Amino acid sequence: MTENNILLKIEGLHARVEDKEILKGVDLTIRKGEIHAVMGPNGAGKSTLSAVLAGKPNFTVTEGAVTFMGKDLLKMSPEERSWAGIFLSFQYPVEIPGVTITNFMKTAVNARRQAEGKEPLKAAEFLKLMKEKMAFVQMKPEFSKREVNVGFSGGEKKRNEIFQMAMLDPMLSILDETDSGLDVDALRIVANGVNALHTPEKSAIIITHYQRLLEYIVPDVVHVLKNGRIVRTAGKELVAEIEEKGYDSIN
Amino acid sequence: MTASTDSMDASMSRVAVAAGETLNRSVVFGKGDSGEYSLHVVMSRDSHLDLSVVVLPGADCRVNVRVDMDAPGAETYISGIYLCPGNENVSIRTEVNHNVHHCTSRQLFKGIAGGTARTGFYGKIVVAQDALKTEAYQENHNLLISDSARMDTKPQLEIYADDVKCSHGATVGRLNEDEQFYMRSRGIPEREAAVLQMLSFVSPVIGHISDPQTRENVSRIAEQAIRSF
Repeated sequence: MTENNILLKIEGLHARVEDKEILKGVDLTIRKGEIHAVMGPNGAGKSTLSAVLAGKPNFTVTEGAVTFMGKDLLKMSPEERSWAGIFLSFQYPVEIPGVTITNFMKTAVNARRQAEGKEPLKAAEFLKLMKEKMAFVQMKPEFSKREVNVGFSGGEKKRNEIFQMAMLDPMLSILDETDSGLDVDALRIVANGVNALHTPEKSAIIITHYQRLLEYIVPDVVHVLKNGRIVRTAGKELVAEIEEKGYDSIN
Repeated sequence: MTASTDSMDASMSRVAVAAGETLNRSVVFGKGDSGEYSLHVVMSRDSHLDLSVVVLPGADCRVNVRVDMDAPGAETYISGIYLCPGNENVSIRTEVNHNVHHCTSRQLFKGIAGGTARTGFYGKIVVAQDALKTEAYQENHNLLISDSARMDTKPQLEIYADDVKCSHGATVGRLNEDEQFYMRSRGIPEREAAVLQMLSFVSPVIGHISDPQTRENVSRIAEQAIRSF
């Protein structure tokens, strides 16, 4: 496997929130086309890992390096990471009163085009793209006029995340507990969306506590994160072992 | 009990709204406007008042609005925005007197301050003893963009009657960081995210301006002003 195939490389990553060290030396390499699952008990540092990769303020990296497509990810602002092709599907999508989904996505799509030196999308082209991607996750057209996530059910919020992912077409998608709070129908829509967006060039990190989502999105590699470190890496057979024995036996 | 006051300038311009009539007025203060503006409105039976106050960057002003609801059925809506990114000094004082029964008043003021600006909102509602079935609401929300700016808000309710519905809400806050990170994670630059947040903050006030031409103008100028923060 050549270095060219490496999309994301995390080396010895330590990170803290306020005074608490949460990540205590994480190593992880993701190649193009791979789907990785990061599993672990509550408090292991799963959400901290996704927050650090997306560049959330207040999460401080104290040691280690992260390289994304050959560039130093940790030097980039959250918006630069998005333009470079990283997408985080939030565990708790944020409500933004007063900002419609159309305005939100138009601003996002055109900001990236501007960063790439392209003209903004014409209104008609943008609306066509939106309509297509909303249909893709079975969001009703009237959602385009709704304020971002305001008054959405849990399932609607997660579908809105996958809709945004489809609009932004990232190289690396990080799905942080996307399965939490979803009924089986919404879970299937979300999983189908993720699978349909997957290509041999693109990768995903599925962060989850449970086996459930991984029945629909089958990972190539499974990691167990415990107490801020990856304690086991294996193939998808590890999921069944976790389901059977729990996290206690994996060290 | 009458609602008298000594807090207002006696020389303010006085407007009477006749029975059944409606008064719509928008007052806009722009760059270089300074001094005091005072308006006293007296409301007759079933009259309506819809007043918008817009204070744009570069205006140093004191705005005093007094409304006397002197006959039943009167309805008042007073709203305003103040956008102060520099070193402005703006104060808005409202006084709504419910002197008789069955009148309704609503107030919604929103302000944003950056730089070393100072703003003050002082909103007084007086409900007289005989003013039964009064409905009086007041909201003032403030967004503080800089550590060197100062925003004061002081709601004051004097209620001497039973059987009324009155409420007030006053807040001073900062741009929501979770919203900012969410937008930035989608590729919206930090500055643009803040602009979207500020626009959405003032949109309920602008959206209410009744005259479409004024609304469009204010909306355009407000966006320009917000981009200067």
